[in-house]
Amino acid sequence: MKRYAYYPGCSAETVSASYHVSTLETGARLGIEFQEIEDWNCCGATPYTNIDELLAHGLCARNLAIAEKAGLDVVAPCNACFKNLHHANAELKADKDLAEHINFALEADGLHYGGAVNVHHLIHVFVKDVGLDAIKKQVKQPLKGLKVAAYYGCQLVRPDRGDGFDPEAPSYFEDLLKTIGADAVDFPYRLHCCGASLMIANRRAALAMVRDLLRAAVQAKADVIATACPLCQLNLECYQQDVNREFGTKYKIPVLYFTQLMGLAMGIEPRKLGIGTEVVSPQPVLDCVARRPAPAAAAAPAKPAAAPAAVPQTVKAGQP
Amino acid sequence: MKTTMSFADEISNVMYATGTRGLNSCIQCATCSATCPAADYMDHTPRRLIAMINAGLKDEVLASNTFWTCASCYSCSARCPKEIKPSELMYALKRYSIWHRRYRSRLVGPAFSRRFVRTIMRTGKSYEPGYAPAFIFEGGPVGMVREMRFAMRLMARRRIALVPSRVKRVANFRRMLSRIMPLEGVA
Repeated sequence: MKRYAYYPGCSAETVSASYHVSTLETGARLGIEFQEIEDWNCCGATPYTNIDELLAHGLCARNLAIAEKAGLDVVAPCNACFKNLHHANAELKADKDLAEHINFALEADGLHYGGAVNVHHLIHVFVKDVGLDAIKKQVKQPLKGLKVAAYYGCQLVRPDRGDGFDPEAPSYFEDLLKTIGADAVDFPYRLHCCGASLMIANRRAALAMVRDLLRAAVQAKADVIATACPLCQLNLECYQQDVNREFGTKYKIPVLYFTQLMGLAMGIEPRKLGIGTEVVSPQPVLDCVARRPAPAAAAAPAKPAAAPAAVPQTVKAGQP
Repeated sequence: MKTTMSFADEISNVMYATGTRGLNSCIQCATCSATCPAADYMDHTPRRLIAMINAGLKDEVLASNTFWTCASCYSCSARCPKEIKPSELMYALKRYSIWHRRYRSRLVGPAFSRRFVRTIMRTGKSYEPGYAPAFIFEGGPVGMVREMRFAMRLMARRRIALVPSRVKRVANFRRMLSRIMPLEGVA
């Protein structure tokens, strides 16, 4: 069993609890243990860098030091947490003076960071460390016919970290979706920005950015947008009504975490994946899963859409 | 011999630890502006802002909303042919304007950043409802109703915590941050 120091991030306790639980569920199926970093703190998001860069590094360093004590590499499910932790880690490894200064501060909490930790994004762990073949073996109900827009967002791919993941033309998200049987649509806005915290600082600009993304997903005929970041999910899903009001549009497209889609394909009960807390109903996705024949029946040649039409919907879909 | 630093030098210095080339290597190709998803909402595009910095137009630069309209998507940094990393420049200008108290008072960004940092200093973890005062009054009564409705939407789905969460060793945590930089007056 592979183990990682898991950094949930502040939103995992509230707005993206569904990402958190679906990460743990799918991880367990794939033989990964996500050991939560003991007493972790906020990564600083963007505001810390707006005030002071040293402070921002200090916040990240505390989490890295605790992970180092446990002897584990760090995995973060959020694009922004990943960017911050990865950036601070690289700076601390490269700059001895900086590390010395930060370590003087860490002593106040009985900690020291020696630079032995690597930082990964959750989706990178799944596609690289676990591998698509291993994921494929766990797929019980391929999401056949489900059209998904793979939305990477910004800080997952940028800035270029020289880690082999292409910042301009990545394909691993689409590959992952294909592995679970879904249809990855051609989504030209997949690397565009969701507006992030601009939703607070400059609402109209952020809403326009979300509108462009939603429009591109709808034009690509996607049933659902898959994300790998709590802030992307919040902006794309929870602000859809605001976009509609602002621009007179009528978007109503579900936005799920890639772990939730993986979990559904693995036959995990929707409720265990946090499904049921959305603002925009993910019913089209659940219908697609419900339409799939049960694993045992899958062996028998196709008997198209007979009984499954009456399958009780939503959260009960995974039950016997 | 020159004894005072130019504005461009000052800003380059505030971009410490970013591994960037100096702003004076900018060739004004406007790749940053073209790739910026928020450029339409900026007083000056990133390219023009760099030109203004290099021309020493300090007051005009600090009075602009450009850097507070950056969403940190890093598109410009990924594509700048001179490796200037304009997104780091935007961070540097935010810091400079906060340190010097030179930001436009009507902007939400600075108030939000300072409130966010104060919250983390206190508890070690983010708590969204605590930031509301930074922006909730921005849109007038209509905006306030809108924000409340948004909060209720999330609350109904148990996606907003009613009580802020905090790190366990919070006293140690605060001492740690004060060893890096005493924040009184800055945040």
